[in-house]
Amino acid sequence: MSKPLKQIHLAAHFPGVNSTTVWSDPAAGSQIDFDSFVHFARTAERAKFDFLFLAEGLRLREQGGEIYDLDVVGRPDTFTVLAALAAVTEHLGLTGTINSTFNEPYEVARQFASLDHLSGGRAAWNVVTSWDAFTGENFRRGGFLPREERYERAREFLDTAHELFDSWDGGEILADPASGEFLRDAGPGAFAHGGKQFDISGHFNVPRSPQGRPVIFQAGDSDEGREFAAASADAIFGRYRTLEEGRVFYADVKGRLPRYGRTPDELKILPAASFVLGDTDAEARELAHEVRLQQVSGATAIKYLEHVWNRDLSGYDPDGPLPEVDPEPGENTIALGRASVRMNGDPLAVAREWRELAAAEGLSIRELMIRTTARQSFVGSPLTVAQSIDALVQADAADGFILVPHLTPGGLDAFADTVVPLLQERGVFRREYAGPTLRDHLGLAAPRALAPVRG
Amino acid sequence: MPVHPSPSASPSPALHLAVALDGAGWHPAAWREPGAGADRLFTAGYWAALVAEAEAGLLDFVTFEDSLSLQSTDPAGPDGRTDLVRGRLDAVLVAARVAPLSRHIGLVPSVVATHTEPFHVSKALATLDYVSRGRAGLRIQVSERPDEVGHFGRRTAPLDPAELYAEAADHVEVVRRLWDSWEDDAEIRDAATGRFIDRAKLHYIDFEGPRFSVKGPSITPRPPQGLPPVSALASDTAVYPFLARSADIGYVTARDAGEVRAAVAALPATPHLFGELTVFLDERQATAERRLQRLDAAHGAAYTSDSRVFAGTAADLADLLLEWREAGLTGFRLRPGVLAHDLPAITRGLVPELQRRGVFRRSYEASSLRGLLGLARPANRYAAAASLTSPAA
Repeated sequence: MSKPLKQIHLAAHFPGVNSTTVWSDPAAGSQIDFDSFVHFARTAERAKFDFLFLAEGLRLREQGGEIYDLDVVGRPDTFTVLAALAAVTEHLGLTGTINSTFNEPYEVARQFASLDHLSGGRAAWNVVTSWDAFTGENFRRGGFLPREERYERAREFLDTAHELFDSWDGGEILADPASGEFLRDAGPGAFAHGGKQFDISGHFNVPRSPQGRPVIFQAGDSDEGREFAAASADAIFGRYRTLEEGRVFYADVKGRLPRYGRTPDELKILPAASFVLGDTDAEARELAHEVRLQQVSGATAIKYLEHVWNRDLSGYDPDGPLPEVDPEPGENTIALGRASVRMNGDPLAVAREWRELAAAEGLSIRELMIRTTARQSFVGSPLTVAQSIDALVQADAADGFILVPHLTPGGLDAFADTVVPLLQERGVFRREYAGPTLRDHLGLAAPRALAPVRG
Repeated sequence: MPVHPSPSASPSPALHLAVALDGAGWHPAAWREPGAGADRLFTAGYWAALVAEAEAGLLDFVTFEDSLSLQSTDPAGPDGRTDLVRGRLDAVLVAARVAPLSRHIGLVPSVVATHTEPFHVSKALATLDYVSRGRAGLRIQVSERPDEVGHFGRRTAPLDPAELYAEAADHVEVVRRLWDSWEDDAEIRDAATGRFIDRAKLHYIDFEGPRFSVKGPSITPRPPQGLPPVSALASDTAVYPFLARSADIGYVTARDAGEVRAAVAALPATPHLFGELTVFLDERQATAERRLQRLDAAHGAAYTSDSRVFAGTAADLADLLLEWREAGLTGFRLRPGVLAHDLPAITRGLVPELQRRGVFRRSYEASSLRGLLGLARPANRYAAAASLTSPAA
């Protein structure tokens, strides 16, 4: 008897300021107008996706001392869009990325608890950290958090928020007109948190929400991120390149769960992936190449190269060879506000490696950047893509994927119409939602409530 | 044909009407009334139905009360009472949740400036303006409550009220600068040069004040209304300097026409001054008074308010509103004593009465809140500055 088929989880990331978004295509619409969000969310819900995902940024990116203007710039407020989307969808989970550095636990917990009430139990929080003074310049808190305290603050932020969510157990409100008792007991929502990052106490003023607390997501490539997720998240995002890499990551993260008294099913592993569909695999590959050309223009290629070279390369021809000058040593400072610009090792070594690759294959700057900035992508006919996704999930390389289309707002339509039915036919993806809440979609149990503080 | 004298005889413009939504209504025993829906206060459907009723009555806008602490009769902290509505959802999120379900009415959530970041508030309200297609407004308030200070842990109580209003004024200034930090035509999508925006049309706001310094620009483009209207309540003349500096709409708690005239004289430049009244409306005055007495009896105390409390008929309320309009007010924010009863009494009783007298709209005449309030869409301060300094201009 073979292993039963795993059920795939699918989510949709609204295309925004991420560099995969193609805005020059005639089919590209607004990334701000609410109609775009409505179309995208309704497509995701029509396809029975688990949730819609929004990223966050709190300062516009800069490069070389100027606001970066080659990608989509600008996005709406996460909470506000998700609350509005709750009005035009019924089942779709609503996941917001919210920073734990430039927010306060009381306010964020209130917003997520409110969103959970207003959506009937569909709220999820992707907890991220940030530390830089660059972003801090937009906030009264400023940018003084040392980098090494990022996870400490995030962990304590989440713990504090959980204490707030759990400060109402759900039985407090009687609202009995006859007896005149609105509350069962005085002083619901009592909490007291004393820690290194937060020392707060009082009464939380949002009653317990349908899911008890929002579903918690965590992005985690680093060891600290994985551990944080294993301890407290319901789902983790990861970067993902190959089947084998995915399996290693999956086994590593799931293997950390028993330490926290959790079973493997309690944490879903959902890497991000883009996709390009065609009638045939060959057509999809051709289309994917065109998309990559749209994503990495000549000007964009030079800007990407500057991330490693850390110097102004605007005089170079993107269709020409790599610069002969070496990268500028020191901390990378040319690009600000871009999470993906992290120096993984020595820029000189990266330059050497790229020169070798370019020489061996005769690649121009732009061709090289198209190659090196490629992300996990499903490219092929609907059948090929459905098979690939299913194979990766059944092989325990993932529990599902967060799909990032390259077009707003119609980029999900073809996937919904062609790939999802194939996954349903294979018996690996739902035909109907099993319940109303995001916890239902993800197969997560109700959260274990902590004993509320009484005060 | 109108029963009352023709409105064209009067030079006064139509009056504006807003309703303040909070819990089951403004009387503490409101939640115990039939149909109050007290078990549904934390559902979207409850708020959507209230907003639909207000919109059916052609009201200019609704406000959503909020606070960052449990409601209390004690200004120092929770009062431990079990007989009153406690708990609230975030007002901005409630407004956003009902925005796609409504089409014309303005949506004005309350925000506490004392504990929030103007950067977050600016993008949240800009986004509310996008999801409502130009119907967002902001009601800004401060909080002196010590228990609220404890919820954030960044300050020490007591807080100085004067300082809080100075800070709130800076908060509003930052929010407005951020709304303006993108010019309306900043997004260019110029395929030829590969530029999505014209970065010359995005502006650092570089605000520096004692409580915050904010760099900008916003991450959210300029909202549909440019600058959504900002409103604030003054239950005390000490708040007037804040209204004068920061508000497009001031709510004043005058008790009589004399106090109205004093408020109007003190705030000559505020575009709109609304009277703030709590209302209990019935077919007969005696019925309204008896209902208020019944509510008071259930509550165990006479209802008191910072505002004038009106218990009577729609016609008598219309008389009062018109008298106060003659004294200089442009509109009213009514606090329904019991939402389940007094909101429909406003939309189905007061509004037709005002329409008969020719002083209230018979259909929505504009699609934005600014439009309903007769406020022009403001020019962008940075674009205006740029065109003044441009040699070509």
